[in-house]
Amino acid sequence: MERKTPLHDAHEAAGGRMVGFAGWHMPLTYGSELAEHRAVREDAGMFDVSHMAIVDFEGARAKDFLRKLYANDIARLSTPGAAQYGVMLNPEGGIKDDLISYFRGPERYRTVVNAGTRDADIAWMRKIAADFDVSVNERNDLAMIAVQGPKARERAAAVLPEALKGGALELKPFTASERGDWLVARTGYTGEDGWEIMLPADRAAAFWDNLVEVGIQPAGLAARDSLRLEAGLNLYGNDMDETTHPWESNLGWTVALDPTERDFIGRQAIEKARDASDKKRLVGLVLKDRGVIRHGQTVNTSAGEGIVTSGGFAPTLDRSIALARVPEAAASDPEATVSMRKRELPVAIVKPPFVRRGKIRVNLD
Amino acid sequence: MSDIPNDRQYTETHEWLRELDDGTIELGITDHAQESLGDLVFVELPEVDSEVATGEECVVVESTKAASDVFSPLDGEITAVNEALEDQPELVNQSPWDEGWLVRIRPAGGMPEGLMDADAYAAHVESEG
Repeated sequence: MERKTPLHDAHEAAGGRMVGFAGWHMPLTYGSELAEHRAVREDAGMFDVSHMAIVDFEGARAKDFLRKLYANDIARLSTPGAAQYGVMLNPEGGIKDDLISYFRGPERYRTVVNAGTRDADIAWMRKIAADFDVSVNERNDLAMIAVQGPKARERAAAVLPEALKGGALELKPFTASERGDWLVARTGYTGEDGWEIMLPADRAAAFWDNLVEVGIQPAGLAARDSLRLEAGLNLYGNDMDETTHPWESNLGWTVALDPTERDFIGRQAIEKARDASDKKRLVGLVLKDRGVIRHGQTVNTSAGEGIVTSGGFAPTLDRSIALARVPEAAASDPEATVSMRKRELPVAIVKPPFVRRGKIRVNLD
Repeated sequence: MSDIPNDRQYTETHEWLRELDDGTIELGITDHAQESLGDLVFVELPEVDSEVATGEECVVVESTKAASDVFSPLDGEITAVNEALEDQPELVNQSPWDEGWLVRIRPAGGMPEGLMDADAYAAHVESEG
């Protein structure tokens, strides 16, 4: 039985084409995924992301616990509302999940994790938390809506609860503001400005309707995927998983090796991986020809084969792009080829993002 | 689902065939097919004058989701391709019955056997759920 979010009925009423995704019944599109993509790049769109898990941690040793659990260092956050992106590793250095964490108070933190990994993540968190006497509370009483696009904040502010409005509009990127069970964070997964809004589940449907009324376009999983791919943001399960470590997933920047005495889970393994000789890198590809690069296709480079981890059509670029894991020696090459169906087509190797804040960031010549 | 035109015939794999006045057969995909595929971003058309054979791939339509083959329902020769689709693949989504046609084929024989009329095709779509 697939799980449903508090907005499920709203999606069906809006003509959402519902599909199974990570055990959830979610809208793929509401008609045209390309139109939804453009709405987010040029105006304002919104996504139901209530299938992701919101997990609260509390306890005198909550900070110590998260410094053990995460490869990024939560101690870098010290003001309420400060947010941090990072990964949680397994002891072998593989990525268990990517996540965003919020500092809410000296002994209070919140993390948002992916839908497909939420149950395994929470079981793992509880196991480690036992040693730190920290409570792990899955907030199934909350929903989450992401409003994204150049006009998203301005429009959404008009329908936010009065008490949140002022604080929300003043938020800097990667910070959040809370009031009761509402939390507004200036974060997202599209490469555009916007907010991710957590709110009581029983208020979600009415708030969603309010957002529609101020002209924010509902967008489904298909647009969410093409937007995040253009933004060069990894998708867990495609671009990284328990068998890949941060260095080969374009996420080295999220690993805090200082201070050296912090013994986070996976540290020894990824320090070894960093010095290994057979390294790989996650790079961006832009198809020079017509066609669409797809997940799983082979990349042929000067240093051997690589693999497409995410591929698709990029509406903003009007051509196909991909993320691919290739031998490190080829990561700085200008070109490679991708084996697609019956053909082998040339691609440019680029550094993601492809698009950010509505602007194309790679050379298309 | 929009009305299914009764001026043409249909395959089980959701192509439509319409016989034109010059005896060529125009081939396209149905409204149901374009809706299932999602937004098309690329259509790969065959060369004019090339030969096609029953059951062989003659067009590739790529949507945001996947690449799908369109198989030729008959033997023949391509007499025209819809060049507008090179720049506007979305015509297949917007107008699957008219402006979104794919290719025209001069049949080596007659119309193939086993095609459905509009009513039978509607029932077929219904049965696939």
